[in-house]
Amino acid sequence: MTKKRLTILQLYPRDMNIYGDHGNMLVLKRRAQWHGFDVRVVEYNPGDTFPETVDIVLGGGGQDSGQDKIQQDLLSIGPRLRKLADDGVPMLVICGLYQLFGTFFKTQDGHVIKGIGLFDIETVAGPERLIGNIVTKSDDFGDIVGYENHSGQTFLRAGVAPLGTVIRGAGNNGQDEFEGARHANVIGSYLHGSLLPKNPAIADWLIERAAVNRYGTFTPATPDDRFAKLAREHAIKRPR
Amino acid sequence: MAKPYSVLAGKAVRALARLRGGGSALPGLFVEKIDRDFVAAALAQLPHGVVLISGTNGKTTTTKMVVELLESQGMKVFTNRTGSNFSRGVAAALLGEVDARGRLVADIAVLELDEAHAVHFVHKVPPRYSLLLNVMRDQLDRFGEIDATANMLAEIARATTDTVVVNREDPRLRIVARTIKARVRYFGLHDSLLSSFPNDDSLHGGDTESDDRPAADVVLARLGDTATFSLHGKPVTTPLKLQGVYNVFNAAAALALALAIIGDDVDEPKLIARLADVTPAFGRGEKLVVDGQPCELVLVKNPSGFRLGLKSFPPEGYATMIAINDNYADGRDMSWLWDVDFESLHEGVAEVTGVRGYDMALRLQYDDVPVGHVDTNLTRALANFLAVSAGKPKRIYCTYTAMLALRRELGKHAKVEVIS
Repeated sequence: MTKKRLTILQLYPRDMNIYGDHGNMLVLKRRAQWHGFDVRVVEYNPGDTFPETVDIVLGGGGQDSGQDKIQQDLLSIGPRLRKLADDGVPMLVICGLYQLFGTFFKTQDGHVIKGIGLFDIETVAGPERLIGNIVTKSDDFGDIVGYENHSGQTFLRAGVAPLGTVIRGAGNNGQDEFEGARHANVIGSYLHGSLLPKNPAIADWLIERAAVNRYGTFTPATPDDRFAKLAREHAIKRPR
Repeated sequence: MAKPYSVLAGKAVRALARLRGGGSALPGLFVEKIDRDFVAAALAQLPHGVVLISGTNGKTTTTKMVVELLESQGMKVFTNRTGSNFSRGVAAALLGEVDARGRLVADIAVLELDEAHAVHFVHKVPPRYSLLLNVMRDQLDRFGEIDATANMLAEIARATTDTVVVNREDPRLRIVARTIKARVRYFGLHDSLLSSFPNDDSLHGGDTESDDRPAADVVLARLGDTATFSLHGKPVTTPLKLQGVYNVFNAAAALALALAIIGDDVDEPKLIARLADVTPAFGRGEKLVVDGQPCELVLVKNPSGFRLGLKSFPPEGYATMIAINDNYADGRDMSWLWDVDFESLHEGVAEVTGVRGYDMALRLQYDDVPVGHVDTNLTRALANFLAVSAGKPKRIYCTYTAMLALRRELGKHAKVEVIS
């Protein structure tokens, strides 16, 4: 019997790949393999043909220069991404693409960069970077451990659920207690670290959603998460 | 002139800090607090001014090479050779060298400075010469973004009064060079070597268009058992004690800077003879002898450095240990480990340690690299590593503060050069 296949779409690996987002792709790919799937990774850069078959979408952070390069292209594929989200396709977007999945990003000098509005959130450039170790709490995923590094301050509009509530750290804006956002099966977050290695529950959830969408069922394997558990325990004890 | 009491008090703190075996920066921090102009005053007296070396990777080894190259030409050189490349490290090194009245007996100062500290430093002490090595993603938790790092180097370059020496293979630095009013000189690579030295964009899948590469004073032309440099177009071949491809490219940078400083009076045979003799800076491929076996320390602090380290030192025949701390000087965000490919270590890593030892073990797990043992305690981990690797050559990849701790600990097992 041939293995069941999952296709992971990586958005803009050339321009939005800053600092460790590679880790999210690696963990997603390896864990899907451990759970018994054949994995196909498709990279999507500006101007590429958008693939027909997509089971999981992954997107990372970028510098301002990277965001400028991809913004127009992102707006052009926005309707397709929103349709995939409505169909229940799981997605994870970090930092820069999290912001651009929202309605807009307003820069320090008042310039407004339009997002695709998949999340009903807005982001404004803040006076200082919010940097450091962060721990949040989520009903679905338990404690979420990571590292944040962003100057944008993101605000959820009414009715939008956060990914977690902040136990320690700044989160979306350092003012309310929220970190990240959720809509359908789409997760947005500021957390680096990378996010998925030390939070395998989120990785497995993305894989489960994708498997159920495509094949109707998901039978998880039991990966050895001893190192992940210990890495989490040590990370939680580290100073900001 | 520095205030005499601050020099004396600083020297006293330095003596005390050394007695208790502490770090090199504490006395410098102290003297900076009590006399903010101390460093500027001491350095202003130098006849050939100040040379500043900055960039993400290779500062310490390159600084060591430049110092030795200038010494080969008869100059007396002051430097901050502890690798404490924050401005207070410079103040600490100065305390050890000045007399009680704050006088520094030297012809020139060659300083390595972390980009973020260099930006402040150049406003107090404008360098006569500067060397811009590279811009790689490093400790983004401190600097924010890589483009911001390039801007810091641009500010250093703009403050330089005589000559800026620039790596022509770094696309971000080529852009910086266009904005400089001072004289610009370049060092670079022969086309055949470009693929061995990826820049940040090519490491991360970006474009590496390089049509606009300017002519360079020094080009690393060939690299085998010996290295061939082209000096102003003339080939010079020499053996080197330095290991690692990136160290040899740094040698090209050091040569270009030394030539820019010395000018036409250079004694080239002496210059090349000294270059052949340079050994790596401590912790940069430094070799110790432990239980009759070589033990190499390789400092790793960002993805590109770790990748180049793994590429430079083949693991076959060696027992490997990795020590990852997350103190401020190491970088607090562990994301960087996920931008390094560890598959070359597929035969296994005997010991993993450091405060973030489990982050490292987790990273290795996802590249199918077998991990022998993990202990976050450096002392216990080192003892275990030495026991299981008895009779084998050893190599330890370590972050900055892990390296300092491991060197102290290795001193119990081997003769370790004391650098203060």
